[in-house]
Amino acid sequence: MEVLTLSRFQFALTAAFHYLYPPLSIGLGVVLVIVEALWLKTGRPIYHQMARFWTKVFALTFAIGVATGIVLEFEFGTNWATYSRYVGDVFGSALAAEGIFAFFLESGFLAVLLFGWDKVGPKLHFFSTCMVCLGAHFSAVWIIVANSWMQTPAGFQIVGEGLKARAEITDFWAMVFNPSSMDRLFHTLCGAWQAGAFVVVSVSAWYLLKRRHEDFARTSLRVGLIVGLVSSLLQLVSGHTSAQGVAKNQPVKLAAFEGLYETATNAPLTLFGWVDEANEKVIGPRIPGLLSFLAHNDRGKPVTGLREAAPHAADRPPLNFTFQLFHLMVGVGFGMIFISALGFLHFWRGSLFDKPWLLWLLVFSVLGPQIANQAGWFAAEVGRQPWIVQGLLRTSEGLSSPSVVSAGHVLTSIFLFSAVYLLLFAVFVYLLNDKIQHGPDDADLVPSGKLSLPERRRS
Amino acid sequence: MNFESLDLGTVWFILIGVLFTGYAMLDGFDLGVGALHLFTKEDRERRLMLNAIGPVWDGNEVWLVTGGGALFAAFPNVYATVFSGFYLAFVLLLVALIFRAVAIEFRSKQPMRWWRQMWDIGFSAGSIGSSLLIGVAMGNIAWGIPLDARGEFTGTFWSLLGPYPLLLGFTTLALFMMHGAIYALMKTEGPLHDRLRGWINNCIIFFIICYAVTTMATLLYLPHMAARMRAQPWLFSIAIVNMLAIANIPREVHLGRDWRAFVSSCVAMVAMMGLFGLEMYPNLVLSHPEPANSLNIENAASSPKTLGIMLTIAIIGIPIVLAYTVSIYWIFRGKVKLDRMSY
Repeated sequence: MEVLTLSRFQFALTAAFHYLYPPLSIGLGVVLVIVEALWLKTGRPIYHQMARFWTKVFALTFAIGVATGIVLEFEFGTNWATYSRYVGDVFGSALAAEGIFAFFLESGFLAVLLFGWDKVGPKLHFFSTCMVCLGAHFSAVWIIVANSWMQTPAGFQIVGEGLKARAEITDFWAMVFNPSSMDRLFHTLCGAWQAGAFVVVSVSAWYLLKRRHEDFARTSLRVGLIVGLVSSLLQLVSGHTSAQGVAKNQPVKLAAFEGLYETATNAPLTLFGWVDEANEKVIGPRIPGLLSFLAHNDRGKPVTGLREAAPHAADRPPLNFTFQLFHLMVGVGFGMIFISALGFLHFWRGSLFDKPWLLWLLVFSVLGPQIANQAGWFAAEVGRQPWIVQGLLRTSEGLSSPSVVSAGHVLTSIFLFSAVYLLLFAVFVYLLNDKIQHGPDDADLVPSGKLSLPERRRS
Repeated sequence: MNFESLDLGTVWFILIGVLFTGYAMLDGFDLGVGALHLFTKEDRERRLMLNAIGPVWDGNEVWLVTGGGALFAAFPNVYATVFSGFYLAFVLLLVALIFRAVAIEFRSKQPMRWWRQMWDIGFSAGSIGSSLLIGVAMGNIAWGIPLDARGEFTGTFWSLLGPYPLLLGFTTLALFMMHGAIYALMKTEGPLHDRLRGWINNCIIFFIICYAVTTMATLLYLPHMAARMRAQPWLFSIAIVNMLAIANIPREVHLGRDWRAFVSSCVAMVAMMGLFGLEMYPNLVLSHPEPANSLNIENAASSPKTLGIMLTIAIIGIPIVLAYTVSIYWIFRGKVKLDRMSY
């Protein structure tokens, strides 16, 4: 196989595997902040127990997130050296800012979060938890800024020609607030909050089904369902604004999402189906006018089709693949709203606990955000093809020089990473299952060390 | 902020040096503790070693991540050339770092003997592998790597494993082992502490032999790595500081002043990296055999605008980073005690 395909496969593999974990860290980080705040406020031991248990799950996801994240930072240089030379000015700055502002914050206070229970007072511990959570969010900010610049470049100029050409920053804030960065940041964060919340929901529902740790499970479920429902609803808003941004800034991508060939007013939204790429049409049920309405808040406005936005097939992304990924994400997104609303409603009424089918649904709901997050990222990145930097540099032009990095090199790395990641995933599932089976520690109902000092309010 | 009067290329040359020196001083002891890990026999001792670095190793690795990011942003040509040129070496480094990281996290999560042994080996092999590869990379940068006129690497994986880079790999490993042993000495007490004293002597001997051979080899075969010192003899004072700091280590260890031994080891590292940087400057990667193709602070740097923005980021970020790094080390000061939260 050629280096381009292999390098893309390698990046997709390592990025997709990595992206199983950071959303969990971000989402569980929010849950930890909420739980610890509740503990500080009420002094109820159950919140302390919850904070301790979910911290352990958090630590597990964080470790793999860190270990697999550094791979991506290296890959830009190893596999995409031409790209790195081209965008170093812009992309590198965001990456360096991520290191300085996010990773140091996150990893520094993580020490206190994980090991500081007996060493610092409850307020300082809470502060550390907030800082870890903030750090995780900052890292999302900078990496999304960097990636969004690849989608909608802004605040730069091209200097030099041919192989010497490269993008240089002209306006830092225009680069940071490029047209898609804030929409995509919000969208990504909502997805991450969902990922974290539904882990809590899933594990708690399972305990309730098995009639184990019921107090713990009920309290956790309440926090999980609220965060899950709120973020699922926010995701709807964010999905809408993101799609409008894509319609405006990346018409080819939007047309690929919907398989829209012909520019049309009153453009239809296809609910599901497939793109018949040979005959350039989409097969499946559709709602007339909805795409125009969603993209522009006006059924009468035209949505640009592929024949106009990208007349040459070489300028189009893989259409059916993008279409399916996008629809998968949207479908699962609506499913999450439905599941969390249903769960919340029955939890509120107190009728959740004698509905095993609903509890089982909640147990499996943990997969939803993961599927949607993966599908969403794939849709965003595949939908940008054939560009690595939209409109500026093609993916095929971003590779390391073929005389330096051969297909054999890349293949070797793919084998190595696959083997290591398979092992990591197996270990992760094994340890997570073990933690869940073991359950929360009853000893954690009695805070120890400095946390048990009498200054704390008790109820 | 306006930095027009500054030579930003030089500033970033220094800042990247500071980041990698910070990495060597901090993660250096983590890797060293990892390299020594299998010398401990009992489970309790292994846990003590792990927990000595437990709260801090992750933050220490961030120095490498940030150094890499800063290199990408400030000198994209260097980042692209070195990372693509050292392809297989860096993939191996990544695998080693992954094993190191997850072994620390996972080892003590299960009680089974085979489980713990598997991760003990992963931890140790990952640490040793990372140290060697970092040293080999440094060795190649100093020796010079074959670059063409466009700054692309023209060698192979095997050409990176020359005798001098390998020598520097072992010197780095020895340095980190010594550094890690001193750190472990600070953090432990009782029988393990006493045995560490014995290991430290061996580590110091191992390091001093490597150091002496490396110095000789550098003077004999890499005259360009001593050129600036020949031109400006006062720089020799840095070399003297370096040697005095190294000589001070066994003295402090013997007198039981572990903390001072650790500071000496850090000073030695700063002096070594300082000499390395001074002799490399203004080059970041030497080209060999075509010195004209070397990558330097002129031909490899980002635009002055970007370097200025990055400097603003660094000026805002570094004091904050230092503040909480110091606080974290302060919170976790003193000897390691195993408790419920420990690895």
